[in-house]
Amino acid sequence: MLEYRVEIALWAISGIIPFFMLNIWTNNNLNESINISDVMLSRYFLCAFFVRQFSVVWVVFSFEEDSLMGKVSPYLIQPLNPFFRYFAQHLAEQITRFPFALIIAFFFFIFNPESIWIPNLGILLLSILSTFLSFLIQFLIQSIVACLCFWTEKASSIERLLFIPTLFLSGLLAPVVSFPAYVKSWIYLTPFPYLIDFPANLLSGNETNVSGGLSMQILWIFLLFPLFKKIWFEGTKKYTAMGS
Amino acid sequence: MVQNIIDVRNLSKSFDISSKEPGLKGTIKHFFRRQTKSLKVIKDISFEIKEGEIVGFLGANGAGKTTILKMLCGLIYPSDGSILVSGYLPFRRKENFLKNITLIMGQKQQLIWDLPPIESFYLNASIYDLDKFEAKKRIKKLSEMLEIDEELYIPVRKLSLGQRMKSELLAALIHEPNILFLDEPTLGLDINAQRNLRKFLQKYNKETNATICLTSHYMKDITSLCKRVICVHEGAISYDGKLNLLLKKLSPVKEILIVCRSEKDATKLENSGFTIKNKIKNEITLKIENNSITSSLKTILNNFDIEDLFINEPPIDEIIGKVLIKKDYDI
Repeated sequence: MLEYRVEIALWAISGIIPFFMLNIWTNNNLNESINISDVMLSRYFLCAFFVRQFSVVWVVFSFEEDSLMGKVSPYLIQPLNPFFRYFAQHLAEQITRFPFALIIAFFFFIFNPESIWIPNLGILLLSILSTFLSFLIQFLIQSIVACLCFWTEKASSIERLLFIPTLFLSGLLAPVVSFPAYVKSWIYLTPFPYLIDFPANLLSGNETNVSGGLSMQILWIFLLFPLFKKIWFEGTKKYTAMGS
Repeated sequence: MVQNIIDVRNLSKSFDISSKEPGLKGTIKHFFRRQTKSLKVIKDISFEIKEGEIVGFLGANGAGKTTILKMLCGLIYPSDGSILVSGYLPFRRKENFLKNITLIMGQKQQLIWDLPPIESFYLNASIYDLDKFEAKKRIKKLSEMLEIDEELYIPVRKLSLGQRMKSELLAALIHEPNILFLDEPTLGLDINAQRNLRKFLQKYNKETNATICLTSHYMKDITSLCKRVICVHEGAISYDGKLNLLLKKLSPVKEILIVCRSEKDATKLENSGFTIKNKIKNEITLKIENNSITSSLKTILNNFDIEDLFINEPPIDEIIGKVLIKKDYDI
């Protein structure tokens, strides 16, 4: 069991990009240009870390491997869409990550005691909802890309193309507010800022449009879900059950 | 009257296959201008299977038997023709259809590798909407039939191939399907495990009247389970009918080794008009047609002084091997 515990711990630590970014931002006083205080910025990146921990998705890689190894075949003849299995796996792993994420947050507050804050219950519940919606959006986007396995066998390469805008536009490297106004207006039309920036701003107490953000998250889910169903339906017609 | 549970009409399947020439030049050419061709792997086949039947699909590697099974269970989409299984179009994968079937592929597993099989059984039970009490009852019944007990609580990765296969079967049968598609279920199992699996399938078929479609390269699986076989050759059906008729047709004579009391008796037998394969001292091997075995043996036993007698069945693998390389069998 020890190796599993170490794996989970390493896994939680691997999501600490936001802390590196916080370091870069504060050391170069970049926050002054966007009028965010040091404390708010550190809370933002801590929240970005939390949102990332509970919304990270890797379904495209799992599905691609299972598809190439012939493991999808037994799942396809069960009365449950195989993506529910991946969905359940993701949820189970999020629960496993929770204590490790708390430990990391604990150490974060030891080094940044001025950042300690307790969000009110309403904000906390809305942030949990928003993080879950962010997870759903990412899960649907990756599931759509995963379904391309039925045509290309290497859908993960397409996912890498999506990873670049996700990295820059989601708020993982920088809050979206730091982009020029005309770029921001375009970014807010894409699903990316609702993946990390919006839930992280909500949880950290930064100024944000709560109803607008939640509405956009729900809108993207409503747009992506039928697209996923269509691609799944067409893709399974192309399935050749290779490797089995 | 027993109803058809599987009805296949003019079924065809084509795959697009890309090919690449060897070497760097071939790789570059393949990258910029991929050459694909359509390969018809199943060619206009038709057959029916009745409820409760056990049918063996025979064919050489790449003949198309697994592709047929995959189309029957709805895993792959047919290019042409129609399939009705239990009144459903399989490729639509309707919930009620999926609850009625199962597919078991030798060496391919659905059990969760790091957990004991019992966890996978309960997961499958939930997928098939079985409550915990019913699931427990079925696990108990099937584990008794399969003779597995302690193995249910040991992580899958620590089980032997035979134990794993039994657990796979249990996982695949927990919803008590009416139709079983088995693709080489005994692959890699030792002789005892193969025999136990065959015994279990016979019992399951007898108790539930389930229809079983089976492919196997082990002739013992086919001969002990299937009365009917469908031979597939290059995507087309070369024979569809009773296994014993096929065997009789392909092997019309039996060899009988007779040990006479003396060499004199053997010589007398040699000259009595039977077809002789060979004679060594007092041992003589005759070739006798299947339909005259009883009368011929009666004549021999009444007229010659016989010490011992052996009837040699020709090896079934040899007989079936002939079918796999021939296009058409009109029996």
